[in-house]
Parts: sequence; structure tokens; C-alpha cells
Amino acid sequence: MEMTGAQILVEGLLREKVDMIFGYAGATICPLADVLRSTPQLGYTLVRNEQNAGHMASGYARVTGKVGVCIVTSGPGATNLLTGIATAYMDSIPMVAITGQVPSHLLGRDIFQEVDITGAASPFSKHSYLVKDAADLPLILKEAFYIASTGRPGPVLIDVPIDIQEQVVKDVSFPETVSIRGYNPSVRGNDKQIAHVAEAICQAERPVICAGGGVFLSDAMLDFETFAARTRIPVVTTMMGLSLLPTDHPLNMGMIGTQGNVCANKALAKSDLLIMIGTRAADRAIFSPEEIQRRMPSIHIDVDPAEIGKNIQTEIPLVGDVRVILQQILKRDLTTRCTPWLTQLQERRKEELNREYPVRAGSVFPGRLLRLLGERLQEKAAVCVDVGQNQIWACKHLWLKGGRFLTSGGLGTMGYALPAGVGVKVAQPDRQTVVICGDGSFQMAMNELAAVRAGNMDLKIVLLKNGVLGLVNQIQKTAPYHGPFGVSLDGSPDFAAIAAAYGIPSITVGEEGEVENALDRFLAEKGSCLLIAKVDPTVTTSD
Amino acid sequence: MKQTISVLVENRAGVLGRITSLFSRRAFNIDSLAVGVTDDPAISRITIIVDNGNSVVEQVEKQLNKLVEVIKVRTLDESSMIGRELMILKVSANAKTRNNIMTICDICGAKVADISPTSMTMELSDTPDRVNTFEEMMRPFNILEVARTGMIALQKGGGKI
Repeated sequence: MEMTGAQILVEGLLREKVDMIFGYAGATICPLADVLRSTPQLGYTLVRNEQNAGHMASGYARVTGKVGVCIVTSGPGATNLLTGIATAYMDSIPMVAITGQVPSHLLGRDIFQEVDITGAASPFSKHSYLVKDAADLPLILKEAFYIASTGRPGPVLIDVPIDIQEQVVKDVSFPETVSIRGYNPSVRGNDKQIAHVAEAICQAERPVICAGGGVFLSDAMLDFETFAARTRIPVVTTMMGLSLLPTDHPLNMGMIGTQGNVCANKALAKSDLLIMIGTRAADRAIFSPEEIQRRMPSIHIDVDPAEIGKNIQTEIPLVGDVRVILQQILKRDLTTRCTPWLTQLQERRKEELNREYPVRAGSVFPGRLLRLLGERLQEKAAVCVDVGQNQIWACKHLWLKGGRFLTSGGLGTMGYALPAGVGVKVAQPDRQTVVICGDGSFQMAMNELAAVRAGNMDLKIVLLKNGVLGLVNQIQKTAPYHGPFGVSLDGSPDFAAIAAAYGIPSITVGEEGEVENALDRFLAEKGSCLLIAKVDPTVTTSD
Repeated sequence: MKQTISVLVENRAGVLGRITSLFSRRAFNIDSLAVGVTDDPAISRITIIVDNGNSVVEQVEKQLNKLVEVIKVRTLDESSMIGRELMILKVSANAKTRNNIMTICDICGAKVADISPTSMTMELSDTPDRVNTFEEMMRPFNILEVARTGMIALQKGGGKI
């Protein structure tokens, strides 16, 4: 079979069961575009900035478990995508990014729209390829999808010079399987260690499970719930682990960390055995790992051996796929003795969940709005949350019945939520999807309202508007700093008019008494809708 | 403490870049790095000397292992490895100093690779320590230039990594 490089790329994508590409056109990717033009079974979502192609692919990947794919051009297209790649890398999202590149014989001459993108992305991509011969493409694609989706998932970059896309290859054959000698991710946990784990769990009086994004990544949600329910061990999560259990699940003690729930942090501090599952114990979740290490032994289950002992030293390391390991553990005797401890924590948790929210005239308290919003969402709803105060408020107050909570946990990329929401909608048009932004983060991605419009989507966007980059404002008001600088969002537009310009209706709410009615109307809207909630700029994440 | 890490990698363009990028990104310090192809032309061996604590070296190993093109990583035990470094050193030399220089070369096992009316160039392959000693002994003669390869190493005995 004779094919061009571009045809091989598209055929390879189809063989990997790709059904959607997030992309932006450009000169060096034209041969590929020309093939896509006659491949209607491959969907295409046009972004308005390449960074958002990465975030859309991320949203798509996180709800489907499939590899998200983005295709952009060389030079600025590729550099714009870098933030999307880095965001995916920090949250271990399976992604394949294809970039166009200048002709291979001109590489290194600094010609128009040339940039060394594999070099630039190297610190935050799982792997990358600069294709020198189109005959290598079938294997490269197979490897790229395999690497992106197995072990600890992550973004893989394939940089394809335009002449390679045009190169004709004779006798093309596509490999069915792939084996890479330097890449063999662990799957099963060591049986001896599994026995240690079961024993430690049974002996502990105050154990606590700390679950992270790895549970989602290994598709272990059901086994995780079974494990928690069987052992009756209280669960705390990191930000990436939110929505593993419903907010009011009797075992759920909330999110840990400097911005987390009081009950969750207390559970962690007082525990006598910490069971970390699919989490790297990063600084935002565990502020002082040394202190935790000093106080209690820990079990660390992770697919990436490099995470074991990187941030926190552990008593019982267990490397492998979280789902497989949980199934292995579930085969053991798990008679625990932590019920008194659980009851004690549940009392605390109840107090926290039943808190009263303050009322201020002329504004909406974000915690109350998010709680009321959560109560109204469908069980499977996906919520995409941006970065800033809105993220912390959502983590703390948004009532989750399950579903999915998606945010940029690792890199903290403002402007993530709206494109991620588009990615979710593209994958699952019927799934209720809500985006939560601040007015800072919304303005970083609001150009993607065009994608919402073009896709005729039913995407609900909540904008918590306080006219300030609130989280940085909080930091700047705290010692050693002396006050706010560069955080006032002067010149922000009339957001209702912006939405209207894209043909999207909006609802503005500025009084506590109107919130419930506004939320009902917002969610009942047939298509997309923007809910603008006026928030007092002095409200902080600790209020 | 200095430790020697031996890494087998796919012999492909860009692999060395990935390794050095990893070291800078993870804030690991490299003392020296030497790379060359092995008996299998598809595989290169990289010998890296790092000067970090034990926990850091463990992280270096784990992070190297994460690179797709890295086939094997092993930290070599100093007492059971053969480690050698090649140095080429040029000093000022004239009729008066030449004999003294030759004496030191004999003691240290260095060979004279080039000679001119005003200079001598020596080569020495030995452990980094002994190479340092030779350089120290040459210092009084006015060293003009030095080139060192960084150490390469294999473990002693019949085993391989």
C-alpha cells in the first residue's frame, strides 16, 4: 500500500480509535489538513488559541479515559500549545500532540515559523518524536498512543516536518502491537508488599486513606469505593481526587491541604496510618511531609516508582496500577478496627458540612452559591473548575454527588476550565457540564466561547465576578508583602454583552435572596448560559 | 558523596539531550558525563558522576528509568568497578624542564603525545584521583591547556548491567 506521511498519520489515528481532534490550522500542517478534509469520520474542533486545544483534549481524555489528540502548526502554534502540554503533564493526562514543522532539510536554520518544539517540551512531556522519515510513522504513532496511555499517563509530542507529511512511502504496514525495551510499566503489586499492606490496615486504629488523581487515571473508581466501604477507613482526597466519593458520603472527610477542609486535615494529622493511593503528596496537599513522616507510618501506592520517596518517605511502597493493586488487596482479610475513629471524624465532618454562610447585601457569597449549585446538579455532572479563589471555593463548598470534578491541579493553569468543559461536551454531549471561573481566569479563555457557539453546546458557565485576581490579592495582603499590586481587573468588559455577542444568554445575580431562583433558571436554560455572580472582593478563601 | 551511574540508552538522536535536560530540570548536579557506543551499535553507554546525597541518587536513578529511551540504570559500587578517565595536558617545556617533566610522567604512567621546542603534551588514562594528582604535579611547569573526558566505568568481574 502506498501512502503519504499525512495519510499514514490519519490512518494511524483512526486505528487508535481517535474520533476527535482539537486543532488550529497553519501552513506547515496543511498536508495533514488536506487528508483530514476527506476523513469525515474524524471529528475536528477548531480552537481560538492552541493552548486551549491542549485543555480541550485534556477534558476529553479525562471523561472518556481515551487519549486526547491535538494538532497544531509549527512555531507559534506549537509554542502556544506548550502550556496545554505542561498542564496535561502535571496532571498525568493521556494526550498525543501532533505539531507541523518546517521542511526537514531546513531544520536549524531559523526559518519562518520554526521552533525546536521537542526540545522546548522535553521537561514536561512524557516522550517526544521528531519524525525524520515517513516510513517510521506507523510505529511512532503506535508507540505514542501506547506511551501516552499506559503506566503513568502523560502527553506525547510528535513533531512532523511538512516534507515528511508529503513523503510517499511504499508498502506501508501498521504494527498491531508494540514493545519498547526501555519502557515496561509495572502493573501488579508485589504480593509480599500486598500482605504487609493488609496487615498494617487491620492493625491500625486511626488509619486514613488519601486518594489522588491516580485513582481516576487507572479507572479504579469502583474498586476504590469498594475498598473504602469494606474497610470503613475514612477517606481524604487531594484536589485531583475530588469527586471520587460524593461530598456527603459517610467515609468522605473532604480535601486535605493548605486550602482544604478542616476535618480532612485533622484526620490526616491525627492518623496512625496514612494510605496514599495514586497521589504524589505535592506541597499543596501535604504542606510538611517531614512532619507527617515523623508522626505516622505510611503506605504509598503509585504506578510511578519515582513518586515513591520523592516528596514523602514511606514505610510500605507498592508500585503498580492502582486498580490492579486494589483488587489484589481486596482479596485479603480486611477486618479493621477503626470504627470509633470513623465515628469521631464523622461528627466533625457533619459540623463542617452544615455550616452557615454569611450574608452581605449587594453580593453573593461564593461558598453558598456553589453549595446550592452542587445540590441542583445531576449525579453524573462534570464540573470544570478554573484556578484562583474560584478553585478553592469550589473545592471546599461545591456539593458533589459523584460525577467528575476537573481542574488543573498540578500546574494551576488559569483559563483551563472553559476549554476543558468544551472537551467534555465534545466527548459526551448529553452529560450535564458546568464550568466555574473567576473573572480573571474567564478572560484568559473566553475566546473559546466561539467553540461553544460553533458546537451548539449546552455548557453552563458560572462566573464568580469580583473584579480582582483574588487569590494573589490575598497573598499580597499577607506578610511579608505590603499590599495589592497588579491584581485589579480594570477594563474588564460587560460579560453579559460578551456572551450575547456569541449568542449565549446570561443571568446576573447580585443578592443572596435571588441565588436559588437564578440557579434554577440557569440550569433550566436549553443551551449554553453564563451565570454572572457578583462576589464581594474582600471575601477570601478562608471565609 | 560522588557516585557513578552507568546508563544504557538507545543510540538515537536526541537521547543525550533528554538526559541532560532531566538533570537540569530536577536540579541534580553532574560532575562529569561521558557517552559512547557499546558493542551493540544500537546501544550507547552513558557514565555519569553525580555529587549528591543517597536519596538524590535514588531519585536520579528513578527519573532516568522513566525516560523511554533509557534501557538500564545502575549505580556502580566504587570498590567493585573499573573507572578510568583520559586527560590530555599541555605544559610549557624547554631543555631545562623537560627531564623533570619526564620523571613525573614516568611515576604517574603518562605518555608524551606531542613535543615542541616550547611545550610538551601528555596523555594519561587513570582513575580521576590519579589524573588529578598528575595535573597537580604538572602545575609548577605552567599548564597551557587541559582536556578531560570524564570517567567511564564498568563493574569488575564477569557480570554486566
